Amino acid sequence: MEESAIIIENLTKKFEDKTAVEDLSLQVSKGELFGLLGPNGAGKTTAINILCGLIKPTSGTAKIYGYDVQKDAQKVKELIGVCIQETAIYPYLTGVENLALFGNLYAMNKKTIKERSNMLLTKMGLTEDAKRITAKYSGGMKRRLSLALALIHDPQIAFLDEPTVAMDPQSRHAVWDFIKEQKTKGKTIILTTHYMEEAEELCDRIGIIDHGKLIALGTPKELIAKNQVKNLEEVFIQLTGRNMREEL
Amino acid sequence: MKVQRVLALTKKEMMKTIREPAVLFMIFLFPIVFVFAFGASLGGFGGSQTATYQVGVVNLDLGGSQHWSQVFTNNLSNMTILKVNVYTDNQTAQSDLSQGKIQAVILIPASFSDSITSYNTAPNHPSQWVNTTVPLYLDKGSLVATQAIPPIFQQVLGGMLNQNQQTTQSPIQLQTASLVEVKQSSALDFIAPGMFTFASIFLIMMVAQSFTQDRENGMMKRIRISPTTPTEFMASQVISYMGIALIQATLVFAMTYAMGFKPAVGVPAYVFAFILVLVFSVSNVGFGLITASIAKSSSAATGLSFLFVLPQLFLGTFVGASLSGDAQIAGKFVPSYYVTDALTSVFLRGAPLGSVTILVDLAVVSVSCVAILAIGIVLYAKYYKI
Ligand SMILES: Nc1ncnc2c1ncn2[C@@H]1O[C@H](COP(=O)(O)OP(=O)(O)OP(=O)(O)O)[C@@H](O)[C@H]1O
Ligand SMILES: [Mg+2]
Repeated sequence: MEESAIIIENLTKKFEDKTAVEDLSLQVSKGELFGLLGPNGAGKTTAINILCGLIKPTSGTAKIYGYDVQKDAQKVKELIGVCIQETAIYPYLTGVENLALFGNLYAMNKKTIKERSNMLLTKMGLTEDAKRITAKYSGGMKRRLSLALALIHDPQIAFLDEPTVAMDPQSRHAVWDFIKEQKTKGKTIILTTHYMEEAEELCDRIGIIDHGKLIALGTPKELIAKNQVKNLEEVFIQLTGRNMREEL
Repeated sequence: MKVQRVLALTKKEMMKTIREPAVLFMIFLFPIVFVFAFGASLGGFGGSQTATYQVGVVNLDLGGSQHWSQVFTNNLSNMTILKVNVYTDNQTAQSDLSQGKIQAVILIPASFSDSITSYNTAPNHPSQWVNTTVPLYLDKGSLVATQAIPPIFQQVLGGMLNQNQQTTQSPIQLQTASLVEVKQSSALDFIAPGMFTFASIFLIMMVAQSFTQDRENGMMKRIRISPTTPTEFMASQVISYMGIALIQATLVFAMTYAMGFKPAVGVPAYVFAFILVLVFSVSNVGFGLITASIAKSSSAATGLSFLFVLPQLFLGTFVGASLSGDAQIAGKFVPSYYVTDALTSVFLRGAPLGSVTILVDLAVVSVSCVAILAIGIVLYAKYYKI
């Protein structure tokens, strides 16, 4: 068994008019909680989409647990859980029905689906609304269910693209607790967020990307010390802000 | 392929159909309301099953001052079940028959009276009879006519010859000369087969909307991230929409039946009709996918789907039944035409299921529908990943 959960090598993704990810190389260890930060349009979602096989990289490779995300896509799909940036749930199904559907797509058995659904609904504070049609959910409730769906099959690796966006403080803290709990179970998590306190609170290591390039990598403490600032927010502004100014 | 996944996705699709009011309306209510309105406007209620048959008598009798042919005509007229129109020439009678104004034409030949006279003179000496064949032309679109009219004629003829049950010999033979294809039978009988086809066509719009919506709201991404294979996903779609088509066909059938469409055909004919509708629904999934491939958004998909809905509707169902000859030729290029044609042949003309027309229709429908589905899948997979 390899020690790295994810190995990204020279990954580049060019859209017709835009290079979204440029020559990205990165390793994430098993059991690590890795934060991917960067301003809007930096290429975070694009990088995640490549890792979960949704889009093809222009060049470079990415491996998850030793499986190439392109060549062994089917194997990779069984290992990962992805909370995509869009809040995607079937509006005409209830919370439990959404969870059961995805449980079935991951070929889980009935009993496990039920247990896992109940657990996730409890953690996400959705037990009361579990049997309601999700079209009637509030924005934050939809978001919480969307996260639960990503983790229904208890994946080894989770990609969480801005999981706590639109959530109230209680929900956000509940999600943080849940994410920490996943970490104690040895799960690998890649998280993107625009909330610096979230990154500081949760992440073992942080990578900051801007214009598709990795511009900083390290633990929150290392990054703060290296840039001689007080907190992660200042690191972020300093790095990405300077980057922008340089271009002007 | 994992059955568990296909079933779960199929169940989801069914839930959508039941729970989304717009979908429910489009798939079930709209066709039913349309069929109801269309049928009612054509006087489809109750009145379609005629209790009397319109028959034409062409009297070409020459012998014996036409005495016996007059008697025969009068006897026919006395039957309450028949309404007799007397024609002086066969051509006019045949023309009326082919237009559905009458359901049968009986041609009384020149030797008719002579024949009966010869029989009456020597009832027990067949060798002395003047033998005559009476041609009978029947509307082959009216199953009831082909079944009911010959025995009535036989009965009237038998009565004139004072025949009792035992003697089967007779100088006059009734012969079904031909079954004539009739252009118009009861309005409802005529449109009912097309109604079966009609409902299913709207699946095109539903499929196109479903795919574009799931693309827009990110559900397609979610499915693609899961281990669900494209084959499993497409299988669930095809199964779901076949199921919906089956429910539609049942509802439409119940509607038309209530309105008086009661073709005298057996269970196999109905089974055949439902199978045909099922096969046809496959092409609508295909057209839906083609629409979803071209359409940039779900609202665009609705409009674009009419590109396929309208030709199928006008060229291949009852909606365009009265179209020009050119349009009817154009109809040969839409699958719905063959579905309606096969259903019409089976229900209206009583064609046997093994007949060439039916088999050709079935073959055309099957091949074209599978081809359209394949094109749909390939095209969709080319522009958007499944
Ligand atoms: N399908 C696409 N076609 C063309 N350009 C794209 C496409 N997807 C993303 N891009 C571009 O790639 C760049 C990176 O986008 P991406 O969504 O990865 O950013 P992000 O870091 O996730 O931003 P955000 O924080 O706003 O979510 C953007 O400039 C975006 O416009
Ligand atoms: Mg993003």
